[in-house]
Amino acid sequence: MNKRTILSLGATFLSLFAVNSHADYALNLKAPATEIAGQIYGLHMLILWVCVAIFVVVFSLMFYSILKHRKSVGHKAAQFHENHWLEVIWTIIPVIILVCMAYPATKTILAMKDTSAEDMSIKITGSQWKWAYDYLDQDVKFISTLSTPQDQIENKAEKGENYLLEVDNPMVVPVGKKVKLLITSQDVNHAWWIPEFGVKQDAIPGFVKEVWIRVEQPGVYRGQCAELCGKAHGYMPIVVEAKPEAEYQTWVAAQKDAAAAADAGADKEWVMDELVTAGKAVYEKNCAVCHGATGAGIPPAFPAMTGSTVANGPVEGHIDILLNGKNIMPAWKDVLNDTDIAAVIAYERNALGNSTGDFAQPSAVKAAR
Amino acid sequence: MSQNTNNYYLPAPSLWPLIASIALFLMAGGFAMQMNDIASGNYVLLAGILVFVYLLYGWFKEVIKESISGFYNKQVDTSFRWGMGWFIFSEVMFFAGFFGALFYIRTFALDWISKSTLVWPNFVATWPTSGPAATEALEAMGPWGLPAINTLILLVSGATLTYAHWGLMKENRKQIIIGLALTIALGSIFLYLQAHEYAEAAFTMDSGIYGSTFYLFTGFHGLHVAMGTIMLAIILFRILKGHFSAHNHFGFEAVAWYWHFVDVVWLFLFVFVYWL
Amino acid sequence: MSTTTATHHDDHGHPTGIMRWVASTNHKDIGTLYLWFSFFMFMFAGALALGIRAELFQPGLQFLEPENFNRLTTLHGLIMIFGAIMPAFVGFANWMIPLMIGTSDLAFPRLNNMSFWLMVPAAILLVGSIFVPGGAMAGGWTMYPPLSVQNPSMGVDMSILALHILGVSSIVGSINIITTILNMRAPGMTLMKMPLFVWTWLITAFLLIASMPVLAGALTMLLTDRHFGTAFFDAAGGGDPVLFQHVFWFFGHPEVYIMILPAFGLISTIIPTFARKPLFGYASMVYATAAIALLSFVVWAHHMFTTGMPVAGQLFFMYSTMLISIPTGVKVFNWVATMWRGSMTFETPMLFSIAVVFLFTIGGFSGLVLAVLPVDIQLQDTYYVVAHFHYVLFSGAAMSIMGAVYYWLPKWTGHMYNETLGKWHFWLTTIAFNITFFPMHFTGLAGMPRRIPDYALQFAEFNMISTIGAFALGISQLLFLYVVVKCIKGGPKAAANPWEGAEGLEWTVPSPAPFHTFETPPTVK
Ligand code: HEA
Ligand code: HEA
Ligand code: HEC
Ligand code: CUA
Ligand SMILES: [Cu+2]
Repeated sequence: MNKRTILSLGATFLSLFAVNSHADYALNLKAPATEIAGQIYGLHMLILWVCVAIFVVVFSLMFYSILKHRKSVGHKAAQFHENHWLEVIWTIIPVIILVCMAYPATKTILAMKDTSAEDMSIKITGSQWKWAYDYLDQDVKFISTLSTPQDQIENKAEKGENYLLEVDNPMVVPVGKKVKLLITSQDVNHAWWIPEFGVKQDAIPGFVKEVWIRVEQPGVYRGQCAELCGKAHGYMPIVVEAKPEAEYQTWVAAQKDAAAAADAGADKEWVMDELVTAGKAVYEKNCAVCHGATGAGIPPAFPAMTGSTVANGPVEGHIDILLNGKNIMPAWKDVLNDTDIAAVIAYERNALGNSTGDFAQPSAVKAAR
Repeated sequence: MSQNTNNYYLPAPSLWPLIASIALFLMAGGFAMQMNDIASGNYVLLAGILVFVYLLYGWFKEVIKESISGFYNKQVDTSFRWGMGWFIFSEVMFFAGFFGALFYIRTFALDWISKSTLVWPNFVATWPTSGPAATEALEAMGPWGLPAINTLILLVSGATLTYAHWGLMKENRKQIIIGLALTIALGSIFLYLQAHEYAEAAFTMDSGIYGSTFYLFTGFHGLHVAMGTIMLAIILFRILKGHFSAHNHFGFEAVAWYWHFVDVVWLFLFVFVYWL
Repeated sequence: MSTTTATHHDDHGHPTGIMRWVASTNHKDIGTLYLWFSFFMFMFAGALALGIRAELFQPGLQFLEPENFNRLTTLHGLIMIFGAIMPAFVGFANWMIPLMIGTSDLAFPRLNNMSFWLMVPAAILLVGSIFVPGGAMAGGWTMYPPLSVQNPSMGVDMSILALHILGVSSIVGSINIITTILNMRAPGMTLMKMPLFVWTWLITAFLLIASMPVLAGALTMLLTDRHFGTAFFDAAGGGDPVLFQHVFWFFGHPEVYIMILPAFGLISTIIPTFARKPLFGYASMVYATAAIALLSFVVWAHHMFTTGMPVAGQLFFMYSTMLISIPTGVKVFNWVATMWRGSMTFETPMLFSIAVVFLFTIGGFSGLVLAVLPVDIQLQDTYYVVAHFHYVLFSGAAMSIMGAVYYWLPKWTGHMYNETLGKWHFWLTTIAFNITFFPMHFTGLAGMPRRIPDYALQFAEFNMISTIGAFALGISQLLFLYVVVKCIKGGPKAAANPWEGAEGLEWTVPSPAPFHTFETPPTVK
């Protein structure tokens, strides 16, 4: 046990007695940021206190009995073993209590399910292990992945404040607008979840499920994938930034500019080194989870890139597997632009222990689509 | 030893259970290997099946011996009845699970897929279907050819079996034998036609959800018919050896129950897999 | 004993050595086998849990690959459920049902032995799957596709087939138990005179027979999707991944009551003994058990509230789930009323039973919180669920098993166990259990997902506490092993009825219970 462990152990026990002494120490649901989340919070408190009350009543009786009706204090056993009235009463009262819980719950469910009259829609696609956002009315698309450095995960660097809850491209929504989320998946089940919004929706491949949010306060909200989706399930966070309408519009404009610039890049002639350098970043972000940062892969499921017959074979085959995927290998067609794909191909063919010396121009990728 | 009929029969220690466990172990292990393209899996699987056949032969032989030695009193007979009844109930639930899956797909899932236009822009929910990603048109199995004949065959086989049962009650050997032989023949014809149907079918197990449900459901049913036919054959063999009497023939009845159950499953299959 | 075997047709004493066990047709020996098997599996799956907890001691990856972490979680869940809790209850059924209803053995002794011996290859396949090239299944004990279809490892197939074999074992075992109860009760033992443990098993066996085949169907579809090109769980072919969840939970929810109803039976047996007072509300206990069992078939989709079901489905499953609290509540009230104005003593079995009533109710209440759909949206797949089901499974099922072991150890071994050590075991277990699992409510509410090997910093304190508790809990179970072995080896002689207040036929035979009992059925007034 190292010193830090001992320290935090101590802190833990202390914090048990001084609940407020620790900043990010939570005992209850997160503070709601939408109306629905607020209702859920209220429901939880209601049920919790009802249960606590029943619990206290029932077990006060039990402990009273344990104290008083014990043989060692000389209590003689009564021999009753039935009482119909009592039994009827303690069946009916809980029924009434349950009805009182079910009524508000039903109202909340109906509100949650009402996805009509939305102001805008975002399609959210989960895949191993990233989220793709597609603003359906805006022509804005991007991918969002974990941005916590590997060093922190491997305990080689101090962990940051938002360890595991930070991404490169957060989803951005305008405050006060009803946003419909169309959630689906590309490979296995995931679940899109932001606690403050009271939304958790499984992303199921082949099906589009609808939920909605209306964020009331600007801010940054963090959640995680909430359905086991393979080895990096714990590394698939979700971050949403809610911005006032004007800031949101600026953000949209900036996204569009960036996309236009990337498109222009696709028509340019690149030299190999430029592409390889750009490819390294793309690879580490998208491919390293499966094929390893050094290209060693995780055989047998995930093949090595080093010495791979595809990465060292004809470039057309390499483009093809990237665009269209194969079995578990995802298709990157809708996820990466031509420049990125060309770049990562150049990187794989001329780094990670390979040196074919050839590569493909983004225009070739564009042509192969 | 017949004085023991007052007591519930308790069998002596027996190795059959252990052999059963070995058989299933080899079968499961072999099957797992075989599915993962490990060549020796086939041999392990085969060994398992052989042990299993040996087990059925040996264990049933022992039970039959005990039965004709009169070890089983009335209470044991009742146990067998309860046992068989609950076993059939478990089989009912097995098929119920499959039918539930079929209803779910047909009434809900396909509809939801067709509404997921962001993923499948052009899919219209119909039945039968091989799903939104299918590239070829699906040629489904019509109900009124072979399947209808098969239905008839199974219905008649139920009747011939009852005919045999009546024969047994009257201790009319000839009637029993004719009834049973007919039932076995009908069962075999059914299996033959079913195999023929598979061979002729224009679709396979991987033709989407229709092919999946079709082959899995009819396949499991066919497996049950095959087992039933084999059991009927054993019963016929026992009749020929003179095993049953008018009031002591639970072995016969158990198989008959099973056969009728398999019949009923077929009727559901016919309606929901072939017809509607 | 010679008199009891005299009428037996060809029994020349009983076999000894290894043959006594592998070829057994004796319900007591088979019960013993089941109980030991269950205990070893409990240790094994517990050791896996300690692996999970060690990894979660601090944020960051300590020593497990994420995929190996998932394998641990999966096997821990599967083995605890199918290898530890269920066989333990079957062990009790074997040992006690014939003694309680006054019959010589189960209806089909050879099949009974087969049910046990089928568990062994299944365990070998499950545990063996760790060592095959692709490794063990890593998709959680719920094995949802597409993840479990995607995983190419042979280990997944081995686990699926192992579950098939366990299913056969359970179905055969349940048919045996149902038949025994329905057909072999001693004269005068009407249904409504049966001990409650027998009742709960009767209903549990029904649940097993009705739900296990459905699991077999789900597993079969999974297997054909993996290897034979079917598309049950693949939308591209017209299937639906959520279909698996429906079929799985149609089995899975009754399964959780399969793991709690016999526990209710055990508690209902032990509490009256030590309260020296008949069970309160016997009839309502029976009806409540039946009601729980029937309701358990129509609540399954409460595990699927976040899949996005149509609103009608969501409402239906929420209401039906909430309803289950009523019959369960009836049971809790009956137990308290049984203690009320009794003359209680607190030997180890009673301590365990009281703790079960108390802690199970906590788990039941967290279940009720989860049943309320909007709240479940926040809590599904978080540690709150993990807390919920460990409260019902560990402090409901496992602790009632421990209590019942103490209760019947004198009957099984002929010796009294060491009461002081038993009480130590009880207190250590109860305290460590709460240290382990109570904080998980908080981490869950605060938003920590389950099945993750690494977590955000705000969950660190509670995870550390949980881990410390888990190791204490594990070590306490070694004490349990010690007490049991010591009791088998020797100890004060136990009388036929060592408990002042115990009633029932099992206490009319000597301790240890002779190899053959009730060959001539007793008559019950
Ligand atoms: C022994 C096992 C067991 C038992 C008995 C229960 C009992 C209950 N369970 Fe639990 N449950 C599990 C094992 C069990 N569960 C497991 C293993 C999982 C997770 C599976 C997985 O995903 O891996 C799970 C998950 C689970 C979920 C899904 C959570 C999620 O994943 O989102 C839900 C949701 O409704 C739920 C609800 C309930 C309810 C309402 C009960 C009720 O039966 C509880 C009833 C009892 C009481 C309520 C207390 C006593 C009552 C009173 C004192 C009466 C008065 C009370 C009132 C009227 C309020 N359980
Ligand atoms: C009956 C069931 C049962 C029981 C008794 C337990 C007991 C325990 N469980 Fe588990 N658990 C489940 C059923 C059960 N569990 C299920 C179904 C899941 C869900 C799986 C899934 O998500 O798919 C789960 C998941 C689960 C998780 C969540 C994992 C995740 O989501 O990633 C955790 C985490 O803490 C956990 C912990 C524990 C601990 C600490 C114990 C302790 O009680 C264990 C106590 C320890 C011992 C009994 C070990 C004793 C032995 C020794 C100390 C000696 C060592 C011996 C040798 C090396 C031979 N369990
Ligand atoms: C979800 C995991 C995953 C991710 C992420 C992933 N791959 Fe793959 N990749 C696979 C798998 C699995 C295969 C093997 C496919 C097969 O043959 O069935 C594969 C195969 C390949 C091959 C062919 C290798 C060979 O020798 O057959 C190449 C090249 C490749 N991937 C490149 C990439 C690139 C570039 C990226 C990132 C842009 C990437 N992969 C991201 C899983 C992944
Ligand atoms: Cu994606 Cu978990
Ligand atoms: Cu449930």
